[in-house]
Formats: sequence, C-alpha cells, structure tokens
Amino acid sequence: MIAKYKDLIVSLACRLMAPFVFLFGLYVTMFGHYGPGGGFQGGTIMASGVILMRLSLGRQATIKKFPLEFGPIVGAIGLLIYAGTGLVSLLAGGEYLDYAYLPIPSTSGTERQYLGILFVEVGVALGVFGVLLSIFDSLTKE
Amino acid sequence: MKWLALSIMCLFGAFLFYVEVDMPEYGDPEAAANLHVSPYYIHESFQETGTPNIVTAILADYRAYDTLGETIVIFTAGLACLLLLGRSKRDDSKVQGPHR
Repeated sequence: MIAKYKDLIVSLACRLMAPFVFLFGLYVTMFGHYGPGGGFQGGTIMASGVILMRLSLGRQATIKKFPLEFGPIVGAIGLLIYAGTGLVSLLAGGEYLDYAYLPIPSTSGTERQYLGILFVEVGVALGVFGVLLSIFDSLTKE
Repeated sequence: MKWLALSIMCLFGAFLFYVEVDMPEYGDPEAAANLHVSPYYIHESFQETGTPNIVTAILADYRAYDTLGETIVIFTAGLACLLLLGRSKRDDSKVQGPHR
C-alpha cells in the first residue's frame, strides 16, 4: 500500500506538476508528425504522470480517478483502435492498414494517410499508457 | 567451463574487431543500407503521407504491421505482469488445493 507522502512541499509540487506532465504527454503524442515523439513516448510520459500522483498523493486518493481496472482496459482500447484502423481500411476496399482507403469524407488521399497515422499513434499511446499503468499497479499491489 | 566461456568471448571479440574494418564508413552515401529504400523514403514520404517526420511516416505507415506487432508485444507483456503479479492475498486464500 502506497501511503500519502507526508511532506507538504513534495505533495504540492507533484500535484502541481501532474497536469503538465499529462499535457506534455499529449503534446508529444500529437507532435509526432512534426518532430521527435509519437505514441510510445507520449504514452510513457502520460503513464509517468499517473505514477507520480500514485506515489505522492497515495493510492487511496488516486484510485478514484484511475481505478485498478483502468490500465488493462485503456491498453486494450488502444490496441483495438490500432487494429480497428487497419480493419476499417480493409473493409473500405484497401489492404490492411492502408490508410488511403479510410472512409473519411472530404479529404484527399494524403490527408487520409496523415489522419491514419494520427489514429494509430493515439492507439499506441493509449496502449502503452494502459500497459505501464497496469504493470505499476500489479507491482505495487498489496 | 569458465575458461572456455572466457576464451570463446575473447575469440568472438577479436572476430568482431577483424570484421569491423569492412563496415562502411558512418554516413557513407554509397553504403548498401543507404542505396535500397532510404532514398525513396527521403524523396517520397512527404508527398505520400503528408507527414514531415520521416521516422513517424516509416514507423506508422510503411512499417505499420511492425508497429502493430510491437504494440501487441507490449500489451502481452502487460497482461503477463497482471497474471503473474496481480493476484492478491485474498484470492490466494480462496484457492484450496492439496499442494497448498
């Protein structure tokens, strides 16, 4: 059982930092098209935000917002987003994971490729986020 | 046995140093790795995928199967952690077999 860290400075600093860690994780995920980043890195940073809160605020406080079942479920959803993107393009007439066939109205082929990469990156980010969270939770289970 | 392992390791290290001479120079444009698909990706990836970052274009588009496999591997590792470590003591007391 992780108890609340009994220090005002640590607790306040972590509480202040956690939203920005999340924001940076989202930014890294979305910015993967233009610079260093992507789903794996962004998911890891987002998971580290939750782990920071679990370590500093204690498990009882964070388990309401991020329950124990949250990790595996989000990981599975991320994997399903990835595989579903491939399946949708397969059903729309292309090959598996050929984003040019994604049925998105009023987009050109290049834009569909761009959006397909974005969907896949979001799926990877959710998958890595959920898996890291569930590994941490199972390691610290009492 | 220890000396056998040590000598094999030394032999393999010497072999690597011997082979390393034939490696292409770092950043050599005539190296085999830079002649096959790399020029195609550098020229065409932005026109084909609309993504300025070549690494992302290759990772999530040209090699999307590979990344799908990576994600499945990571998810499987997480599931294995859950199955191996995720049992609490309460669950253990429920299972009552002859070997416990």
